[in-house]
Amino acid sequence: MSALLEKIQATLSAKFGDAIESSQMDYDFPVVVVKKSQLHEVIEFLKNEMGFGFLTTLCGIQFPDNKGAEFAMMYQLHNLPSNERVRIKTFMSEKDLEVPTITDLFDGANWMEREAFDFYGFKFKGHPDLRRILNMDEMNYFPLRKEYPLEDASRHDKNDKYFGR
Amino acid sequence: METSVDIHPKYQPEGLEGQGFFATSLDKAVGMARANSLWPLPFATSCCGIEFMATMASHYDLARFGSERMSFSPRQADLLMVMGTISKKMAPILRQVYEQMAEPKWVLCMGACASSGGIFDTYSVLQGIDRVIPVDVYIPGCPPRPEQVLDGILKIQELARSESVRRRESPEYKQMLASYGLE
Repeated sequence: MSALLEKIQATLSAKFGDAIESSQMDYDFPVVVVKKSQLHEVIEFLKNEMGFGFLTTLCGIQFPDNKGAEFAMMYQLHNLPSNERVRIKTFMSEKDLEVPTITDLFDGANWMEREAFDFYGFKFKGHPDLRRILNMDEMNYFPLRKEYPLEDASRHDKNDKYFGR
Repeated sequence: METSVDIHPKYQPEGLEGQGFFATSLDKAVGMARANSLWPLPFATSCCGIEFMATMASHYDLARFGSERMSFSPRQADLLMVMGTISKKMAPILRQVYEQMAEPKWVLCMGACASSGGIFDTYSVLQGIDRVIPVDVYIPGCPPRPEQVLDGILKIQELARSESVRRRESPEYKQMLASYGLE
């Protein structure tokens, strides 16, 4: 447990209490898991009060075997003056994929949230323009979800028999 | 050291030859003209495009075969060269480029990706451009060598040379286009 994680954990817990579910070090990276209901407030606090003013990346994750919390959103923030980084995660069930948008805090989140919507179907509440960004508009499913096959469904020349399947 | 070299034309159509004249059918004369002045439109999306640049450069020099000028407007091009992975999102654009070309037009499909999707058997990649537009010549390889591209161009030239001037008005051709939902 690093000093940075302790500092972040203590500050966030004092401010948000139960909304901070857990925290750990993944390799050398501090990770804080927060409740979805307080996600926007936590990120806003990190940005405005703790100096994490740069959104490195955000993305969706799916854990199909993690019943009740199959999906997760991950945000990576960077404090440029002190060169500290933190990762915020929030878990949610398949039935409730509505996530608060952070486009009001970081303009760069706009396309990244569209990407998470495109591939996993997260619904970002308050996003100004939530439509597919990388896949074709006619696509009617979310291709990175693990229940869908990777391979193109329109191929008829790939007989399983010849591929040992 | 030799001072003169005899020139042997690689292709000469059948016809009537005499002192200072040569007569042949219109089909063949038009075919020769078309074949040796193809204007290619490069539709290069990935690594095959890099190999194509080598084909265009001085070492392999596609200009030797009458394709000196790349046409970056489909309206002036005779030959659409599709080189690289075509994603499903790009398929309508490729189709539009093909539709904008004036007849007669040919399509050359370079590399495994353009021909069949290649290694990208995945939800986002078009599994061969012949799913959206008709293709005349396929060049296999990943990516193909410039020599193979030259060979493909020569095959296209052969098609252009031997094509009847009325082929594009034939019911078979119209039917083929209709099967792609074109025109």
